[in-house]
Formats: sequence, structure tokens, C-alpha cells
Amino acid sequence: MAAADELAFHEFEEATNLLAETPDVTTISRSDPRTPEGQVAVAVGSGGGYGAEDEVESDKTALLQEPQPQPGFWTFSYYQSFFDVDTSQVLDRIKGSLLPRPGHSFVRHHLRNRPDLYGPFWICATLAFVLAVTGNLTVVLAQRRDPSIHYSPQFHKVTVAGITIYCYAWLVPLALWAFLQWRKGVRERMGPYTFLETVCFYGYSLFIFIPTVVLWLIPVPWLQWLFGALALALSAAGLVFTLWPIVREDTRLVASMLLSAVVLLHALLAMGCKFYFFQPLPLEHMAPAHQDTSLHPNVVLTPTPPRPMITEGLRLQV
Amino acid sequence: MAEAAESPGEPGTTSPRPLFAGLSDISISQDIPVEGEITIPMRSRIREFDSSTLNESVQNTIMRDLKAVGKKFMHVLYPRKSNTLLRDWDLWGPLVLCVTLALMLQRGSADSENDGGPQFAEVFVIIWFGAVTITLNSKLLGGNISFFQSLCVLGYCILPLTVALLVCRLVLLAKPGPINFIVRLFVVIMMFAWSIVASTAFLADSQPPNRKALAVYPVFLFYFVISWMILTFTP
Repeated sequence: MAAADELAFHEFEEATNLLAETPDVTTISRSDPRTPEGQVAVAVGSGGGYGAEDEVESDKTALLQEPQPQPGFWTFSYYQSFFDVDTSQVLDRIKGSLLPRPGHSFVRHHLRNRPDLYGPFWICATLAFVLAVTGNLTVVLAQRRDPSIHYSPQFHKVTVAGITIYCYAWLVPLALWAFLQWRKGVRERMGPYTFLETVCFYGYSLFIFIPTVVLWLIPVPWLQWLFGALALALSAAGLVFTLWPIVREDTRLVASMLLSAVVLLHALLAMGCKFYFFQPLPLEHMAPAHQDTSLHPNVVLTPTPPRPMITEGLRLQV
Repeated sequence: MAEAAESPGEPGTTSPRPLFAGLSDISISQDIPVEGEITIPMRSRIREFDSSTLNESVQNTIMRDLKAVGKKFMHVLYPRKSNTLLRDWDLWGPLVLCVTLALMLQRGSADSENDGGPQFAEVFVIIWFGAVTITLNSKLLGGNISFFQSLCVLGYCILPLTVALLVCRLVLLAKPGPINFIVRLFVVIMMFAWSIVASTAFLADSQPPNRKALAVYPVFLFYFVISWMILTFTP
């Protein structure tokens, strides 16, 4: 019929016009015969105004562009994809890091190939602040038992704690990931973890140190070492079980060296934290602080009667 | 409209007439003037508003901003679910509170010890970078609050903690001892809880429901750190 032929001719014309207007429309390779007709049906039906057409066209353009790859790293939505977790998922991942099981890789079972950056970032922040706060609290509690110890807020420890924890949680996974990428050629079966997955499981493995650090407030030395060893064992076990499927196919020498290096670094972190933030307190008593304590407006700690050997300066109010 | 344009008096026609067919029947009289001014009522009001802020006295300008800040302080002290803090955000209040807090918390320059309280810059940086980090976190988690609105809310909700610091300073002037410490601890804990409740009342609605705890936890950590700095403050 003449009318249908005319309509068909108009189809092509208007479709090319519309495509010329919006040059970044992707053409779909799969056959979807309804779509161009759908566009043209709307264009013809809306009458003269091209304003409505453009709006509908841009909607359809957006839909057409959806199968494109991930947005670039300069866009906000790129980073939003790393925070795409719910409360229940985060809690589940924390539970998974607390109870490692042999044969269950943290990445495969809990992350399920969707690593997030929320957990590692906030666990590191919490750990840094908890370390500084409890380290300061131990000095307070020690001073109650032995008033000769000098108390100060020690704010610089927050900075030190923050830098240490964040460097550990980012640089060590970077080194580990780089090493595993280098040894990629040896493995056939299993692909290596991505950098984000490495950061993720390292970050979650640090979670167990938060309750441990709080428990280190108890001033019984053997109990502190016991808690420390327990936390270190659980955390390192989690790391080893996660890494085992990757390094299993490597040579024994490389595998054992890698795993022992990982465990050693973790142990160094734990012991460094214990010694720096929870110093054996007689050492602090000999700090040079007592030289300039005459500058402090120090106040007497009232419940204990003033002892004659402790003159001004070493008494502080809490 | 179409019916009114139809000329009356015609014998009843069964077929409906097309639109505007009767317009040609209307004659425009020559005496009706079709000219004049079209005034939009809004415009005069806007012009009036503009000239009033340009020509008003400095006192009026300052008092208007002070009143806005004061109204927001009241909203923080009595937190209700209202949109005032979010709609007309401003950063004057947070700046004033942050500077007050940092000035009072810093250790004196005569103190040459390494391990004392925080410096002015440290407190300032912690408050502002903490607020920026929390805002970024809530936006990344998918919240629909704008950047400056969130900064505004977090800054204004430091007010209870500033009050706690003032109370602690006053309490520290009195006789020292464990009672002194207990009173300060109690005041700081109360104000900490008040800050958390106030900021959650404003911020919680902007998050998707299954991520509320994820967005509120950093706020908790932020106010906890500020409370710790206040509690360990020794003059």
C-alpha cells in the first residue's frame, strides 16, 4: 500500500536524523527489530515537537548504553561499586574472618568475587583509634596503682597508630599481589586474586585485633601474651587458608617461604603494637618527662596522702 | 470552550462541529483597547527583596545570619525530625564550634613535651577530615544527601560535646579527685549520646534501609574520638 511504503521511507529518514543528532548512541549488534520501530513510532506519534522526541531518545540512548563496560576511574560511580555492601554482608564477612576453616578460602566463600573497601577501611580506622585509646588507658590504670608514673594524653600515638595500620593494610597486600602476579605463570588451575580482594581479606583479618587490644587492658602479663597469641593464630590461619589454594601449585620452597613471610609480618605487627602502645611501665617512669614537670600546673591526687619522696611534678590529677 | 464558540440560533444539527469553528463569528469591537501592560506579580516581589538586602543595614545582615545559626543550634539541642538543618545548610556554625573546640583542647606553647594533648591543627584536621570522610562514606554507600548538607549536620552536632568541654573545664577548677573524674565522665558520656542521637535523627533517613548501620557507625567513631580528646584533657 502506498501509505505503508511512505511510512517505511519515513522510518529510515527519521532514524538517520535521530542518530545524527545523538552521535554517541551505540548500535546494538543483536537483532532487536522492535527497537527502531518503537523509536520511530514515538517520533511520528508526537507530532511536530522535537523536544519530546529528544527526551525519549535520550532515555532509550541510556538504555542502549547499559551493556558498555564499567565507568572510568575518574567517575564517582566507579568507587561506588566498591561500597556496594549491606550491613548483613559486612557482618557475615567479619564472622568469616573470625573463624577460619581449613579448605574454606575467605575470598571464595565470603567475598564471592565482590570485594568491598568499606570493611578494610573502617576496620583499620577503628583499630588505630582503639590502639591509641587503650594504650592511654593502660597508663591511667597503671597510675592509679602507682602514682609515680607520669600521665599524659599522648596524642602523637594516634598519628603513629594510624600510619602504621594503614601502611600495613595497603602495602603488604600490594607486595603480596605483585609477587603472586609474578608467579602466575607457574599455576595452571587457579587465577590469582585481584588487588582489591587481597586488600579486602587482609583488612578483614585485622578485625580480631580489635577485641584483643581491648582485652590487653587487663594488666596480667601472661594473659596479655595468651590473648595476643590466640588472635595472631586465628588471623594468620585465616590468611594461610585463603592463600593456600593459590600457592599450592607452586614449588614447595616458594610456597613455604611466602606463607612464612606472611605469618611473620603479621606477628611483627602484633608484637610491635603490643610493645609500643602497651609499654612495660617502669620504662616510662624513667622518661625525661620529670625534668620539665615544674612547668606543669600539676595537682595532687587526693585519695593517697602525699608521699614525701614524690615532690612536685610527678603527681597528676585524673 | 468549543461549545461556547458555536453560534447559537442554528437549527439543531446532529453532527458536532469541529473545534473553533465559530470563532469567525465573533467580531471584535473597535472600542475595546487590546493593549496594556502585563505585570507578573512575582517580579515585583523579587525586586523588592533584592533591593532590601542591598540597602539594609549591616546589623540586619549580620542578625539574619546569626538568627539562622541560632535556630540551627536549637534544632540540635532539641532534635526532632525536621528538615531545617538539611534545607538551609551553612557552615558558620561548624566553623565556630570547631575553632572553639580546637582552641580549648590545644596544649599550651610552653609545653615542650612530645606526648601531650593535641595541637590546634590536629584537632582541626581530625574534625574536618573526619566529617569529610564520613560524608564520602555515606555518599559511596548510596545515600542521597548532598556533600555540604552532611558536613553541616555533622558540624552542628558537635555542639553538645563543646558544651561538655566547657563543663569539664569548669569542673576541673574545683577540687580534684575521683569524684571529679566521675562527674566529667558522666557529662561526656551524656553529651556523646546526645550528639549521636541528634546526628542520627538527621542523617539516618537519607540512607538505604539495609545500610543504615554501615553509615551510622563512622559517626559513632568520630564522636567517640572527640569525646576521648575532651575526657583526657588536662589543663
